[in-house]
Amino acid sequence: MEKVLLRDGEITLHTRERSNKWQMYINIKGTDVFVRKSTGTSNLDDAAQIATNYYDKLKANASTASNSATGVIGWIDERLPILSFVRDHLTNYYAPKNFNFWYFFGSLAFLILFLQIFTGIFLAMHYKPDAKLAFDSVEFIMRDVNLGWLIRYMHSTGASAFFVVVYLHMFRALMYGSFKKPRELIWLFGVFIYLALMAEAFMGYLLPWGQMSYWGAQVIINLFTTIPFIGPELGVWIRGDFAISDPTLTRFFALHIVAVPMVILLLVILHLAALHTVGSNNPDGVEIKKHKDENGIPLDGVPFHPYYTVKDFVGIGVFLFLFSLTVFFMPEMGGYFLEHANFIPANPLVTPEHIAPVWYFTPFYSILRAIPDPAFGALAMLLSIVVLFFLPWIDKNPIKSIRYRSMLFRVNLFVFVTGFLILGYLGVKAPTPLYSALALRFSEMYFIFFALLFFYSKSRGSFYSFFYSGIIISLITLYDITRINLENYIMVIIGLAFVCAFVLFMTISPLYTNLNREKEVPERVT
Amino acid sequence: MSSDNPDNSRRKFLSGSLTLVGGTGAAATLWPFLSSMAPSAKAKAAGAPVKVDISELKDGEKIDLIWRKKPIWVVKRTQKMLDSINTNETKHKDPLSENTEQQPNFAQNKFRSIRPEVLVLEGVCTHLGCNPAYNPDENNFFCACHGSKFDMAGKVSNGSPAGANLKVPPYRFENDNTIIVGEMPEKVDIDKV
Repeated sequence: MEKVLLRDGEITLHTRERSNKWQMYINIKGTDVFVRKSTGTSNLDDAAQIATNYYDKLKANASTASNSATGVIGWIDERLPILSFVRDHLTNYYAPKNFNFWYFFGSLAFLILFLQIFTGIFLAMHYKPDAKLAFDSVEFIMRDVNLGWLIRYMHSTGASAFFVVVYLHMFRALMYGSFKKPRELIWLFGVFIYLALMAEAFMGYLLPWGQMSYWGAQVIINLFTTIPFIGPELGVWIRGDFAISDPTLTRFFALHIVAVPMVILLLVILHLAALHTVGSNNPDGVEIKKHKDENGIPLDGVPFHPYYTVKDFVGIGVFLFLFSLTVFFMPEMGGYFLEHANFIPANPLVTPEHIAPVWYFTPFYSILRAIPDPAFGALAMLLSIVVLFFLPWIDKNPIKSIRYRSMLFRVNLFVFVTGFLILGYLGVKAPTPLYSALALRFSEMYFIFFALLFFYSKSRGSFYSFFYSGIIISLITLYDITRINLENYIMVIIGLAFVCAFVLFMTISPLYTNLNREKEVPERVT
Repeated sequence: MSSDNPDNSRRKFLSGSLTLVGGTGAAATLWPFLSSMAPSAKAKAAGAPVKVDISELKDGEKIDLIWRKKPIWVVKRTQKMLDSINTNETKHKDPLSENTEQQPNFAQNKFRSIRPEVLVLEGVCTHLGCNPAYNPDENNFFCACHGSKFDMAGKVSNGSPAGANLKVPPYRFENDNTIIVGEMPEKVDIDKV
């Protein structure tokens, strides 16, 4: 009997008395285990080759074997990798262990998307996209369809809930720098989803064919007519008529129930695929993939399932509680979710006394109204959304999380969010001279936020700081000079003083104080 | 530390009860959606009884009306037609109208009607729901879809694909010349006849 050791004794080849062919054994925890009858050859070199190949194959299989399933699921998985998909995206997808409250809103948005599609399908069963029938068919849903009111209120409340959740989700990204390298694409897809969502909500709001549906659409479509040269033709083309009428309704219906939802679904897939490629950010803004154990698993990560599915279920429970409360007890939310004027059928001859968009559009509507010129107002509104796309390249500060950024960054973000809320409030109010002045100032603040984000990308010298603030202040002052007159000069000067003081403080104070000092980012999550 | 030795029975109980409660909630949530697909209050209101005046109906004539979106036939049978009706077992699948689904009690008789000469039927083939054609010359109703044949009382002939007699809707006579389809007769109405 002969014995030959291969691979430091992990594989052993034996001969036996009755056969001169090499037999293969593998060392498992100190014992040689017979794995195969024979290598089928008496030539040692050939046998060694066969044995090592076989050993490597076994080892490769072993790493996947523990994950393979049998039975029906196994049969399917061999043909369609559902199990590996679940593994890659749930049980073996490692998310940072330090997610907090702000990380509920992604999964909630996903839930609401499902809810909107589901309730929408059932509404489409009863709704009639015809200018003569639309309003009555919505009333039919509300009164005659069994529990139709519930389905419609779920859908209308779901639209508002979607924006609540998406705004909180975006705020989270701003706070923790989730849009920064390497997550620029996630942010871009996210902003596209937000845009598609606005289009979806806008077109959906026309369908009940009430007064607000009609006049809201009238105002928004007329924005397109402010585009130079092609504007008026474009407006007619969008409406399919010289005014909003049946063709507008039917195309909005088609886009609302088929085209835009498909775009949103596709974008959500891209958003998630990009997210799962680079991994989630976290409240500390450190990359968990930098520290992995010997198996390549992030030390500060936990499997998404069960850890975050359980956490998200708690969030879903709380959300559904609040959602049901709204649906059952205040579905119109005092005229903010469903406006009172929309319970009157559309009438092209009578404009309601006061038109305001639904609450989620009002910050941008305020920006639109702040500039008393149709084309420039529309341009400012467009810019306020377009600027979001460039966020990853505006804020180049390497520190992601608000936890380690400077006091001035926090002030900037706080002022931005407050300003955004105030713009939202102003958007639902009828414009008075004071409100218009405020809307203009907070619109300026909206853009100043981004200018300051760029400014805080790195520490700036004194010349740069003065120069930068000088540019912003002169731009604002120049605009004010063009519009100041004897009636408004007090309001203009006070507003200008406030904005200039803010800009000066935010740009010059780092030169003389510690307000812009950043904290050290820890190596691992805390 | 407790996390080293998780209490599995406790864990199982928690996941089990969560699944049960959550599953019940999800199933209950489905209810509004499923029920929204059932006839609406409007559709139900449209299913109210209909009145028909038969004073102008001549012997052998048939009029169609619609009740609950279904065609209802009212036929004034001639004596010849009434003579053609029999309860021969070899000719009919249900000669004595024993299938109580297919007519109200008052019509479980030879002519399957309140008054022999007035036949009221749902014109819906009991095979797959086509409208059979009225052949007064041959004293039958014939369904062209799959060849089912019914006699002048709506009884299905042997050898037809249809399995049951044509349905008699609930109806009553308001007076000699007015039928209300969709309402059951009171006992007096039948006694009067």
